[in-house]
Amino acid sequence: MSNVPVNNGRRRFLTAATAVVGGAGVVGAAVPFIASWNPSARAKAAGAPVEVNIGKIQPGQLIRAEWRGKPVYVVRRTEKTVSDLAKHDDQLRDPNSEKAQQPVYATNAYRSIKPEFLVALGVCTHLGCAPTHHGGDFDQFVEGVPNGFFCPCHGSKFDMAGRVFQGVPAPLNLVVPEHSFINDDTLLIGVAQGEA
Amino acid sequence: MLMKLFTDFMGWIDKRLPVTDAWNKHLAQYPAPKNFNFWYFFGSLAMLVLVNQILTGIWLTMNYEPSGEGAFASIEYIMRDVDFGWLLRYMHSTGASAFFVVVYMHMMRGLMYGSYQKPRELLWIFGMLIFLVLMAEAFMGYLLPWGNMSYWGAQVIISLFGAVPIIGDDLTLWIRGDYVISGATLNRFFALHVIAMPLVLVILVFLHILALHEVGSNNPEGVDIKKPKGSVKPEELSKFTFHKQYSEKYDIVDAVPFHPYYSVKDIMGVAGFLFLFCWVMFFAPEGGGYFMEAPNFTPANGLKTPEHIAPVWYFGPFYTILRVVPDKLLGAVAMFGAIVMLFALPWFDRGTVKSVRYRSKLHLVNLIQFAICFVVLGALGTMPATPTANLIGVIASFGYFGFFIALWFYSKNENTKPVPDRIAD
Repeated sequence: MSNVPVNNGRRRFLTAATAVVGGAGVVGAAVPFIASWNPSARAKAAGAPVEVNIGKIQPGQLIRAEWRGKPVYVVRRTEKTVSDLAKHDDQLRDPNSEKAQQPVYATNAYRSIKPEFLVALGVCTHLGCAPTHHGGDFDQFVEGVPNGFFCPCHGSKFDMAGRVFQGVPAPLNLVVPEHSFINDDTLLIGVAQGEA
Repeated sequence: MLMKLFTDFMGWIDKRLPVTDAWNKHLAQYPAPKNFNFWYFFGSLAMLVLVNQILTGIWLTMNYEPSGEGAFASIEYIMRDVDFGWLLRYMHSTGASAFFVVVYMHMMRGLMYGSYQKPRELLWIFGMLIFLVLMAEAFMGYLLPWGNMSYWGAQVIISLFGAVPIIGDDLTLWIRGDYVISGATLNRFFALHVIAMPLVLVILVFLHILALHEVGSNNPEGVDIKKPKGSVKPEELSKFTFHKQYSEKYDIVDAVPFHPYYSVKDIMGVAGFLFLFCWVMFFAPEGGGYFMEAPNFTPANGLKTPEHIAPVWYFGPFYTILRVVPDKLLGAVAMFGAIVMLFALPWFDRGTVKSVRYRSKLHLVNLIQFAICFVVLGALGTMPATPTANLIGVIASFGYFGFFIALWFYSKNENTKPVPDRIAD
């Protein structure tokens, strides 16, 4: 090799230049492979807003709606449930909803537009299971709190405003999706208040 | 006449591809320690199960339909309408559990006899990569029947990636290809399960064996059968002929050629294994709800989480570690950390004595407590999360990680027994 007339500097430059150009080519070629894993146009289009009739929900009752394939819990809270919300603030991770898990217009003590109606994704913020609604017998999980949500997967607990209790795996309150009321009987999930 | 035809044919081949040489190097003249015991069945059994999975897998794809609408029904179709479809599917599903039984035993063997120690670190790493790919393969395969446990199991595991700071949510969206687990997710998992992962798996197994044959097999005594060239008296050398790749570099003692000695022994292992395998496959293919979970007999339903989500038993240990940490990110870190620890095992162990037979009492105790903790973690992973179960899980998790930490401390100056120079008769 040493006897071969070689310009080592030029060879090194060419090798490096080829590697850089080739590397850029590989990165470019990887784009379509990686990007094709994103939600397709069809999947995105399926995320349209959903209307829910809330006129027939009884006080204390929960109904499930489906939006973007996820369960949305709509609960008509009784007045007592609403007034009880403030009683266990000291047992919650984020009692004042400081983390952005809800739209601005639902960042209040009830985490809702109307105190009566809780609208929250039924998706546990731990690993995405659907928490179960316990109306009246939730005190088996948290003493003195009669109503709430319990996630059967890993035991996370949420109150009737979807706020997470301390000492459970879920880090955040349940997500309140963008929603608005078309009229007293109709809820629209997926469109913010004032945009409809 | 026929024999001559065969010899001529092989001569023709060997001039063009070193088939006979490879046969000798890796089988007929590969020096294997003469003292392999029960624990040495599991390497060859893992290969047997791999072949079973690939073969039955190919046949299952012939009738399976990878779509959100058709997947569940096509499994029912395979089970009821395809001739012997039920058998092919049960071979595949039982094979998945058997794969992990065999691999866990194989890994335990490595722990007991120090088969991960220098110079077998890379061999161990290839093994761990196989284990990792196997877990990914099994996880993706479990989504394909599109039962409700498939769905929610995948939901939980994919959500783990949501614990990654900043990009977590986008990452889970990218993995799913939809806002929820959907047909899009099913399709990509199918592609990975039947093409990408098996390909990687086969390549890794090939490298695992190549690396093994480069450094040579360990044995229950942890005594090297390859001695420096010229250090052994001619009458003490092994009487067998070994391939020159091994015998030119080393003096080989206490060894037998892999074929026919261990090929025959492994056939015994295969026979015993198949007895158990077939018993499960024919009489308990659902494994009492542990191999196939009850909620998976209803189709995937994105609005209804099963009462109790449990992973398939073989993920139990890692799932429990995830679950007992009351923090999403740290839980995921602990779970992946449990596997990282295994990868790093050759460097946690600073000892030079390989086999547990010649190591300290402390090491024996540590090894036993590790095995117990692993089993306990596995059992807890299939049970509901009660406070008692959580407490036991925390203790067992400490035992799991403690094994590595303790090993690092005591292995430097361990009170070991003298290791013999040779394998006793």
